[in-house]
Amino acid sequence: MKRTLIALGTLVLATNVPAAGGDDPVLAKVMIDRFERQHTGGDDPLMLEADVWIGRDLHKLWFKTEVERVGGETEEAEIQALYSRAIAPYWDLQVGWRHDAMPKPERDWLAIGFNGLAPYWFEVDAAAFVGGNGQVAARFTGEYEWLFTQKLVLSPELEVNLHGKDDRATGVGSGLSDLELGLRLRYEIVREFAPYIGINWTKKFGDTADFARDHGEDTSDAQVVVGFRAWF
Amino acid sequence: MSRISLPHPGAFSPSRRRFVTGLAAGGALLGLGINPATGRAAATPPGRQQVLSGTRFDLTYSPTPINLTGAERQATAINGTVPAPVLRWREGDTVTLKVTNHLAEDASIHWHGLILPSSQDGVPHISDGFEGIPPGESFTYQFPVKQSGTYWYHSHSGFHEQTGSYGAIIIDPAGPEPFACDRDYALVLSDWSDEDPNHIYATLKKLSHYYNFRERTIFDALAEIREKGWAGYRAERDMWDTMRMSDRDISDVTGYTYTFLMNGVTPAEGWKGLFRRGERVRLRIINAAAMTFFDLRIPGLEMTVVAADGQNIEPVTVDELRLGVAETYDVIVRPQDDRPYTVFAQAIDRSGYARGTLTPDLALAGEVPEMDPAPILTHGDMGMDMAAMGHAGHDMGANDSADGGMPAMDHSGHDMGGMDHSGHDMGGMEARPAIGSGTAGYGSSRPVVHADTEYGPHIDMRADAPQYRLDDPGVGLRDNGRRVLTYADLFNIGATPDPREPGREIDLHLTGNMSRYMWSMDGIKFADAEPLGLKFGERVRINLINDTMMNHPIHLHGMWSDLETGDPGRIPRKHTVIVQPGARISYLVTADAMGGWAYHCHLLYHMPGMFRKVVVS
Repeated sequence: MKRTLIALGTLVLATNVPAAGGDDPVLAKVMIDRFERQHTGGDDPLMLEADVWIGRDLHKLWFKTEVERVGGETEEAEIQALYSRAIAPYWDLQVGWRHDAMPKPERDWLAIGFNGLAPYWFEVDAAAFVGGNGQVAARFTGEYEWLFTQKLVLSPELEVNLHGKDDRATGVGSGLSDLELGLRLRYEIVREFAPYIGINWTKKFGDTADFARDHGEDTSDAQVVVGFRAWF
Repeated sequence: MSRISLPHPGAFSPSRRRFVTGLAAGGALLGLGINPATGRAAATPPGRQQVLSGTRFDLTYSPTPINLTGAERQATAINGTVPAPVLRWREGDTVTLKVTNHLAEDASIHWHGLILPSSQDGVPHISDGFEGIPPGESFTYQFPVKQSGTYWYHSHSGFHEQTGSYGAIIIDPAGPEPFACDRDYALVLSDWSDEDPNHIYATLKKLSHYYNFRERTIFDALAEIREKGWAGYRAERDMWDTMRMSDRDISDVTGYTYTFLMNGVTPAEGWKGLFRRGERVRLRIINAAAMTFFDLRIPGLEMTVVAADGQNIEPVTVDELRLGVAETYDVIVRPQDDRPYTVFAQAIDRSGYARGTLTPDLALAGEVPEMDPAPILTHGDMGMDMAAMGHAGHDMGANDSADGGMPAMDHSGHDMGGMDHSGHDMGGMEARPAIGSGTAGYGSSRPVVHADTEYGPHIDMRADAPQYRLDDPGVGLRDNGRRVLTYADLFNIGATPDPREPGREIDLHLTGNMSRYMWSMDGIKFADAEPLGLKFGERVRINLINDTMMNHPIHLHGMWSDLETGDPGRIPRKHTVIVQPGARISYLVTADAMGGWAYHCHLLYHMPGMFRKVVVS
């Protein structure tokens, strides 16, 4: 992943717009949405949520990743590689492959989703996944931004995960599996770099909650988070 | 400033470096001062603008160090200066210009607003037989000068224009000028960024509002709720929120990265031009910016506008005027007091300004006024004026007068010499057709139709009820208590050169997707578009409909854009026409120039997509 990021970064810096007729150069963007320490009182998890895209105005390759490390161990790691095609002024259709490297056992999925900006300025990423073991899943994330000033931005976020059936090995149950609510206040020192503080609340439901209890884990958790957002 | 070695040191001498240093020492402040009595520069100005006159010119592109912000950058300078030297020609001469390229990339020069053969127009791959000037090579332009007035020249290659490749052209008429003046200054307005223009373009594609630091905050919202109540606030906001557009979106690139220049001089330093009390001073104002519209005024002085885009017009006296990118206006001012006057050119989004001083004494500088509040777009700017909505879909021409938006005779708020001419036929006013009635001089009566190509992910809006808004000074200038020039004030000083009715009409919609930063015409970008064909000799009307929320300055090469401002007998000619957001405008073109021509939005970062090749055959 690191190597990929470096390679893509080099490409971004090398990007030059051709002189004539080059209205649509190949560009790349690396977006670290969240890189944060979550303060829980115990082992404080480290969270990374990042996107990378490369492509042109209407067609892009899009990579998404989410990694959570606790006490030096990677507890969750997911990567998606998607073809992203603009289908409406504010919407991209994204189709591809999702790989869950952690927790074990690994899971692979076909992914199809919509990424874009809904009316009233809600940033939305809604996707459905079909797993190799016949599992189906859905995920919805929404985000909004309130500007206190041009640089101080309060951003509420919501993520919901649903699954078609129980998968005891990875600890997910059918139906509404988990929900995450966040509220982050960032200060954009420059557009590209913004440290933030926030609160994050997660809750597991149904069988997912039961599996968590079986492992002696909490089914709901509130954390203070400190991190930064960066892109180039 | 440390010396940077150049690939061709011969093209560059240390003495010239002074010209491109934004923070040069005093004594180098005086601008171009031309004595109209001789028609030539009174003396070699010690300031930044070299003046080259005659019929043979050597112009050389070199990467040239420049420091306008405290950081040294490379300009794509012509003859080592930013702006490039003023070229002074005489109507009737044939000029020969050898342009040598010492840059690492292809270069070109386009003579903006000049009527000349396509092969001399300088647009690579568009002008007949011209493929640009490769590194290390020269190209010699030669053409007869068939016009007089104020024009300019600039690169048409890559984004060189952003990095300093522009300069003024002054053409003295073969006969006498219709107005007298004692001094004559060219004012070249521009925008400089320390960023690589390719990086600016890429940044806009990644985050289109990157440079806009005037977005709505929750405090703006709270203030509006207090003022209008929740229902009123929601009614105002709904359109913007459902369209996902910002009413604070005025300029794509702003003072966040730009330093605005007047004759290459920063606002901190300020350009200076001398006058003696009572003199008539002619200012040839040229907007040579890459992306910035300027609103220019000289507090304490009224300006008599005598020419638009180089062409003489019926003089009209105003307090302020807006210059779209690539437009030029000639104004005459007559300072009556022995005091400095500030020439104040605010960027349209009020994120900065260019500044100069007209002064009787170089030691004096004028007081700098506060900038106006940042403009906020209205529903009308989106072509969705509620008053007009009811009429949408049928006869728009009738709407215009019904809404009181337009009629050619409505010069409300303007009390100007130039309007006197209309006094003689005041009685017949109601008999005069309204704008949008279809006959030459009045614009099109055709309904506005959006093509199928205007639907898709590359288009974020279509104006439902685009209006002719000739007498609208534009967002940020309305009802500001000053007399502001509008297109409705422009009338040719002589008879319309080609009084024919148009044989046909061409509708062109200016289109785009702001957030994806894609620009096109009729939803088709240049790379995918067929050339637009004109028949040699025909008189055609072009109707431009702006389906975006940006002002677009549209420039047709090689032929005049005869702007329909409401008097068929005196149609003014322009080379660049602002199409306001959500508005429409019409002009007539006589296709009297054979060959290939560029036709495009002159905002540098819109140009790659919002561009057409025009072929006259």
